[in-house]
Amino acid sequence: MRTRSGVAIAAIGTALALGLSACAGGGGNTPPGQSGGGSAGAVKEEFNAALGKVYNPSKAKGGIVKMAHEGTWDSLDPGNTYYGYSFNFARLYGRTLVMFKPAPGAEGNTLVPDLAESLGETSDGGKTWTYKLRKGVKFEDGTEITSKDIAYSVARSFDKQVLPKGPSYLNELLDWPKDYKGAFKEPDRDISSAIETPDDYTIIFKLKAAFGSFDYIVQMPMTMPVPKAKDTGTKYQEHVIASGPYMFDKNEIGKSFSLKRNPNWDPATDPNRPALPDGFEVQLNVNADDIDNRLISGDVHLAVTGLGLQQAARTRVLNDPVLKARTDNAKLQRLWYLSVIPDIEPLNNIECRKAVLWAVDRTSVQRAYGGPNGGDIATGMIPPSLGGYKEISTYATPGNKGDINKAKAALAACGQPNGFNADISYRSERPGEKAFAEAVQQSLAKVGIKLTLKPFPDGDYFTLYAGKPDYVKQNKLGLAVNGWGSDYPETFGFLQAIADSRTIRDSGNYNLSIKIPEVDQKIDQVKGEADVAARDALWAEINQRIMDEAVTVPGVYAKSILMRGKGLTNLYVSDSQQMYDYVGVGVQQ
Amino acid sequence: MITYIIRRLIGAVIMLVIVSIVTFAIFFLVPRLVGATPESMASRYAGRTATAETQHLIAQRLGFYDPMPVQYGRFVKGLVVGAEYDTGTSVEKCPAPCFGYSYLTQQPVWPDLVDRSRVTFSLGVGAAVIWVIAGVATGVISALRRRSFFDRAAMGIALAGVSMPVFFTGMISLVFFSYYLGWTVPGGTYVDFTVDPFQWAYSLILPWVTLAFLFAAGYARLTRAGMLETMNEDYIRTARAKGLPERTVVVKHGLRAALTPIVTIFGLDFGLLLGGAVLTESTFSLNGLGKYAIEAIVSNDLPKVMGVTLLTAVFVVIANLIVDLLYAVVDPRVRLA
Repeated sequence: MRTRSGVAIAAIGTALALGLSACAGGGGNTPPGQSGGGSAGAVKEEFNAALGKVYNPSKAKGGIVKMAHEGTWDSLDPGNTYYGYSFNFARLYGRTLVMFKPAPGAEGNTLVPDLAESLGETSDGGKTWTYKLRKGVKFEDGTEITSKDIAYSVARSFDKQVLPKGPSYLNELLDWPKDYKGAFKEPDRDISSAIETPDDYTIIFKLKAAFGSFDYIVQMPMTMPVPKAKDTGTKYQEHVIASGPYMFDKNEIGKSFSLKRNPNWDPATDPNRPALPDGFEVQLNVNADDIDNRLISGDVHLAVTGLGLQQAARTRVLNDPVLKARTDNAKLQRLWYLSVIPDIEPLNNIECRKAVLWAVDRTSVQRAYGGPNGGDIATGMIPPSLGGYKEISTYATPGNKGDINKAKAALAACGQPNGFNADISYRSERPGEKAFAEAVQQSLAKVGIKLTLKPFPDGDYFTLYAGKPDYVKQNKLGLAVNGWGSDYPETFGFLQAIADSRTIRDSGNYNLSIKIPEVDQKIDQVKGEADVAARDALWAEINQRIMDEAVTVPGVYAKSILMRGKGLTNLYVSDSQQMYDYVGVGVQQ
Repeated sequence: MITYIIRRLIGAVIMLVIVSIVTFAIFFLVPRLVGATPESMASRYAGRTATAETQHLIAQRLGFYDPMPVQYGRFVKGLVVGAEYDTGTSVEKCPAPCFGYSYLTQQPVWPDLVDRSRVTFSLGVGAAVIWVIAGVATGVISALRRRSFFDRAAMGIALAGVSMPVFFTGMISLVFFSYYLGWTVPGGTYVDFTVDPFQWAYSLILPWVTLAFLFAAGYARLTRAGMLETMNEDYIRTARAKGLPERTVVVKHGLRAALTPIVTIFGLDFGLLLGGAVLTESTFSLNGLGKYAIEAIVSNDLPKVMGVTLLTAVFVVIANLIVDLLYAVVDPRVRLA
């Protein structure tokens, strides 16, 4: 009772706060004492103004972009970070071999050379990749960046005891020497079986097996050069040596940091970054609702995590035309879905699984995530902006509301004409997942499938419960609400981790339902395929095969409501970042 | 008196040991009892697609394979004699009291605690001054002018203050005073006292008032009740009959007697507050101990949890000790032994 009262009071408080802030921001009154970004001037504000096009295009330099983060950065060390917003932001202070083109929409999903002169070249079908570096690119201290700095940065990121958080793609793909422990523990070990640097401007990566989309891997921050002499291991995050247009000015870990211009960055070596603002200020651990209020009032320019407005602000903003005109409904490469575990009786019978898929009212699932602004109804496991996407009609029902007759027929074929009992899990701290589970519970009840809701804490969801095979089997957990976002905007970076059954381990699994040998085999085929169209065709087959097996119920392809702070220029949502592209952004002075 | 203080301090040390064991068990032993393995616990601190080998390496580095008493012993040893930490490129000395390094940020915990304590202490002291003065003064006046308009209005406001949580009043005041009127600084602004005392006070005035509003209400009601009771005592009538000025009667004879329960509750409130004003710090985005505790608990960052729990316990113990000593000052009948 107390909790309910507290929530109600909080909701009223937030609503009132937003109402007041609307007076301050949306209504046109310019409150005194604001330090954010000044007026947006004569720019026409409209909904989705930064989707597929540039909002307020400008080449004007100067000003400081102010950002806020509701939590703590995982790490500013390019070898120890794994968040999309961090990958996006890191490109301001670091350069990688290749990068996503800073451009709006789909154009932003194409790779362009960055430190390298061209995209990777392979002469053996994707097993060896060579990059030639641009000359004259310097660290913030004026030292020229060489291939050895990149080789070192990759070798240091290998050590997951010291830098545990970064992606481990290069650990697994490269042909490292046997029992290699990384650059910290074995600084003098010969790693030429994995990386060769025949000269200062050439770096060659040698893989264990062909991997066609290697360029997508080396755009990640672990290829940002790190000067060995300046590396301080776990403390490197306190002062990352910049190779991009900005360098760290102040850095108080867990509180705030700021970037200023890097005097040794030469725009002649960098055709991609306009570097419009004079700097960036990022405040950490700011109350999430307060960030929304400050975006509305103009006190901050951007919410750096790019997750979109909180529920309280979202409702208020979308119902106010003035405020709504300052937002963008960005599509994410994120899928909310339901795992249907085929190890649990009677879901080990495909007909019973199909009954679940036929019965679910997808519109109620969409409502669970905030309606059309929260996401589009999903029909498969690949979000629309990724290769291999196509609308799958295997379980299409009128109005997406489910088909009770087909569900009952499938139940009869399964030998459970009156339905059955099962458990459905979700993360208790996530209201969307709870609503998803409830929507499924109500849908399935119509055909006699009685679900018991099983909430588990977020932090232990995968390690102790829904991602632990022993627990799932012992407790007969048949259905689990899940969500997944791409590591990088290519289908391998999205689907492999949740579709390749060989990644399943004792605990900490994100997938326990897709265990299809044919899918595993096709993923291997994708890895060795250099041709993009052929890869996409294989992904489409994989997607269809997963749906045929009825081991997942796709829920929604997620969308977010991003809000533009006041005074921003050159702002756009890039398909690669799925949020505002921080490389392109500028600010009016 | 000295014997009393020594006895209390010994008791405090024993209590801190118990608190540390219980906290350690909650975050380490309980997960193991419900099936967590060293690797699954380590996976919390790894990247999201960490391989089994990565999980193993992290578990190894964090010492999760060691028996529980060894892990606890290592923590205690760090507190007493310090510890060493391998940064990858060098071995760093973490001097006593070493609460270890955050599993997530890989930063030493103790400097963080000291740093965050400054914010929480600043918030707590300022708010306490306001709520004690405002609360006690309102309570006294209300008691002396019982059933007057002031009394009814003050008690009505006090009721509202007690009823409205900080995240409500804080968010409203932040939006109105900071974003709409621009009179105060935005959330997340904190200037250290040593840098600029004026800006320190300016940056904290809104959190102070918001937090004080919550507490002052309770103190006003408590003071009013105490004063009403005291002012009807025979010795008050005697004091008045002796011809003492009304101010002396109220302050020296009435308020002093009514203060004992207020001092008691103040000790508890202030001690807990120094352990972190969780809601106020979260609402105003102040990086104090309360926010630190929340971050630590949400992310299962044990060294941070242990640090903030023990520090809070220390604050509560010290605050209560001071309160007990103050009893003797407030009420001469109390003798500590």
